[in-house]
Amino acid sequence: MVAKGKESPAPAQLDPQTTLESTAVLLRELVAHLRQNRTQLREEWARRITRAQLLTAMTEEEIFAEATSVYDNYVEALETGTFEALQAYARNLSERIIPRGVETHEVVGIVLLLRDVLARSLFGKYHEDFDKLNRILDAYEPAANRIANTVAVGFVQERERIIRQQQEAIRELSTPVLQVRERLLILPIIGVIDPQRARQLTEQLLRAIRTNRAKVVVIDITGVAAMDSNVANHLVQTVEASRLLGATVIVTGLSPEIAQTLVTIGVDLSEMATVGDLQGGIEEAERLLGYKVLPLEEVTPKA
Amino acid sequence: MEVPILKQGHYLIASIQSALTDADLSQLREALIERVGKYRSRGVIVDVTALDVMDSFAVRTLRDIAHMARLRGAETVIVGIQPEVAFAMVQLGLTLKGVSTALDLEEGLAFLDRQARERSERVQGRNPRG
Repeated sequence: MVAKGKESPAPAQLDPQTTLESTAVLLRELVAHLRQNRTQLREEWARRITRAQLLTAMTEEEIFAEATSVYDNYVEALETGTFEALQAYARNLSERIIPRGVETHEVVGIVLLLRDVLARSLFGKYHEDFDKLNRILDAYEPAANRIANTVAVGFVQERERIIRQQQEAIRELSTPVLQVRERLLILPIIGVIDPQRARQLTEQLLRAIRTNRAKVVVIDITGVAAMDSNVANHLVQTVEASRLLGATVIVTGLSPEIAQTLVTIGVDLSEMATVGDLQGGIEEAERLLGYKVLPLEEVTPKA
Repeated sequence: MEVPILKQGHYLIASIQSALTDADLSQLREALIERVGKYRSRGVIVDVTALDVMDSFAVRTLRDIAHMARLRGAETVIVGIQPEVAFAMVQLGLTLKGVSTALDLEEGLAFLDRQARERSERVQGRNPRG
């Protein structure tokens, strides 16, 4: 004889008390109780957070301030039954605490602890009327679960957004195209190349060839640990595209592993000039450009 | 739309101003080959700076021009391929293998001059250092 959620069926066996209106009444009563006992419930909650050793990255004052906000938002969500404000608050809170090093399990943990604290408080108040306690819990539980869900999801979404942002920043940082001589560019590649980064590298290089009117490009992959066939093909494409802009590409720094991989997967290397290391590559490039580097004694004629 | 072909000494320069139809491309090929013979040109430059897209027919036509010109004693250089065009070409597997390319007109001319110099050195034999 217990109605759940906000549906309002009216089969004969339901107790007339368990109508939609009744749920709203119960929620109001519940919210009033939570507001009245705000101070001690919040303190109990803070105690439990400390006991569970959560939010260790934050100071007591910070925890208190955030706890107050979370509590008020929680009760308000219970009261209004709408969760947009809570969602916005959750993302906002996440934006503030993620840089402080707060983890997902901590956020989920504290919300669940609040849920427990409030539920216990309800047991305390209605323990003499078991039937009423059940009805109050029926009103409380779905809302409380939804709140926990909303906050956790908000936190995770914010984390993912930050990770994407950082990935983008790392990608941009790590592919500089450097001019070391007139008409000579160097592209030192370090780290992992995924298809997206390979594409970005190629576009950046082609633009640089045109801007600097480069005739030779040395692509150094000493800092690249491994390469699969996809990335190897991207490299070959980069070499071909550079040639279409009139530039010769020399690839340097292939590790034994990468050399093995390239040969094994049968990548067409006929168009790619390679030299063992960057120094050799630059020397070859200078030769192609018609430079000759001489120590000073040789240039000065003897008296 | 006809592509203007300029004569500069021993070289012919064809400057493509806008997107060309297949018929225009074929017409350009015929015109260039005819003039290579008529002026006994040693080099051909095709400037594609103005093109922001090149399809397989355009690429094939450029290759044909290069091969035919070589048969008639002229070296061909394609200049001015834009970065985006180059990228699209390699992704689609449209290569200009065996065809010389250069960044722009200035580089194209320098390339042809170098080629002509090397050819004449080969013919005359290396000069002994004085």
